[in-house]
Amino acid sequence: MFDVTKIRNDFPMLDGTKKSSNNKPLIYLDNAATTFKPYSVIEACDEYYKNESVNAHRGDYDVAYKVDSKIDEIREKVAKFFNAKKIEIVFTSGCSMSMNLVAFGYGFKYLKEGDEILLTEAEHASNVLPWFKVSELTGAKIRYIPLTKEGRLTAENLKKVMNEHVKVVSVAQVTNVLGFKNDIKELSKIAHEYGAILVCDAAQSAPHMKIDVKDLDCDFMCLSGHKMCGPTGIGVLYGKYELLKITDPFMTGGGDNARFDMCGNVAYLEPPAKFEAGTMNIAGIYGLGAAIDYLSAIGMDEIEKYEGELHDYAISKLKTIKDLIIYNETADSGIITLNYKGVFAQDEASYLNSHGICVRSGEHCAKLLKDILKVPATVRVSLYFYNTKEEIDALYEALKNGGNFLDAYFN
Amino acid sequence: MPISISPQMMREIIMDHYNNPINKKVPSDLTDYKSIRMDSDSCIDDITIYLKIVGDKIVDASFDGVACTISTASTDILCELIKEKSTKDALYIVEQYKNMIYEKEFDDSVLDELIVFINTHKQAARIKCATLGSNGIEDIIDGKSDK
Repeated sequence: MFDVTKIRNDFPMLDGTKKSSNNKPLIYLDNAATTFKPYSVIEACDEYYKNESVNAHRGDYDVAYKVDSKIDEIREKVAKFFNAKKIEIVFTSGCSMSMNLVAFGYGFKYLKEGDEILLTEAEHASNVLPWFKVSELTGAKIRYIPLTKEGRLTAENLKKVMNEHVKVVSVAQVTNVLGFKNDIKELSKIAHEYGAILVCDAAQSAPHMKIDVKDLDCDFMCLSGHKMCGPTGIGVLYGKYELLKITDPFMTGGGDNARFDMCGNVAYLEPPAKFEAGTMNIAGIYGLGAAIDYLSAIGMDEIEKYEGELHDYAISKLKTIKDLIIYNETADSGIITLNYKGVFAQDEASYLNSHGICVRSGEHCAKLLKDILKVPATVRVSLYFYNTKEEIDALYEALKNGGNFLDAYFN
Repeated sequence: MPISISPQMMREIIMDHYNNPINKKVPSDLTDYKSIRMDSDSCIDDITIYLKIVGDKIVDASFDGVACTISTASTDILCELIKEKSTKDALYIVEQYKNMIYEKEFDDSVLDELIVFINTHKQAARIKCATLGSNGIEDIIDGKSDK
């Protein structure tokens, strides 16, 4: 049974002592940026630093062996969580690094002039800028799959732009500004029909829903640990094993090679080790393992269901505020993008801050906003499973007076 | 301007300079202008400031771009205040303004409407907004312009 009160007790950031500078209790609605960590995750990181603080990949003594085994166990745990094989899970520093690894290790190696990379205008910078670089280096062309008027990506629209030159389709499973869910399974199928690979940016989906990479049939998938109750500085790249085998390491160095000589002959280890040069964020891996245990114990389906209810509750209340513009009422996630009529997004966010409410204002992707939202900036409210209806009520009460945003400046 | 100005008047002054800024424009002929782009790294604010300095005198000052209420209004008022002043006097105004923002002692006799930003320190995140324009003006006078 999903019990949000009990869940909140698991998070030190939600213990009621955290306040804004004007002493208002903190209401955290910026979960698309990062999420709070339960005690179990913090303790798992501590466990490494306190009791097992030695390097991995060095099996000469007991503690080192223990760390090695634990990383191996956690890799297995992550694999199971996404229905992948252990050897298909690469630990990275986060979603951005995972994306860059795919872009440079695979895209840069195999793309050439005349090839096409398909993105959408709703992608996060981490799924756009690495491809810009690949395009610049290889001459491959970037094209955008058209979105519907609402800002959604549909299979029909992908089909319209698919052709035999397309080698990579790289899209988010849930978009970070509008919060729409894309049907990755269907998109993968279409990409594969034309011989292209599908890269799935799961940064905004993995924390909120069950993912089965075998079912989605995506070729690579990237995500961050810190958006799913894990520590910062740890992320995951999933890749189909046969693709990981032909992907170059993005970073080379200690730990990713079996042997090399001074004549330039290097024998790299097999994936995933070949992508994990240098000492990894071991405490981060321990923490990610604990985060996955934590989420699994609640259940991803339960989490998605609760967030959906919370989202619908929020929309039903916020809709009643006359001067509030909501850009994505029908979002399939806990992301609500809005503006108060006549108020600059940052002024609104700053006003909400004076009520202890943490939200994000930003211009996000300029191109998307220009074509679909038609405003220079928006306020983004993003929910997680530890948020409550009472917090939504507080947001509603604050936004009712959202036009008087200078209150924050004078009181 | 008296320092006893009411919060209601302060709001009106800020909103007026935000909704109807006098100096928000790109000069039609940029030949004699020096400009600087102030693109805040911590928020959305992104403005470009244009100053025309002849000899030692600021003949014209304006700005353009996308920015919040506090950035827009403070930059608009500053542009108005430094026009027809010597660069030395302009720098003095900027210095006193920043002293006010950072809660140091300041000479309010030169600040005019800028006094409405006296509460900025209460919301630390707004200090950057309130100083975006003043830092740009200071940079141009100090010779650090883009053009």
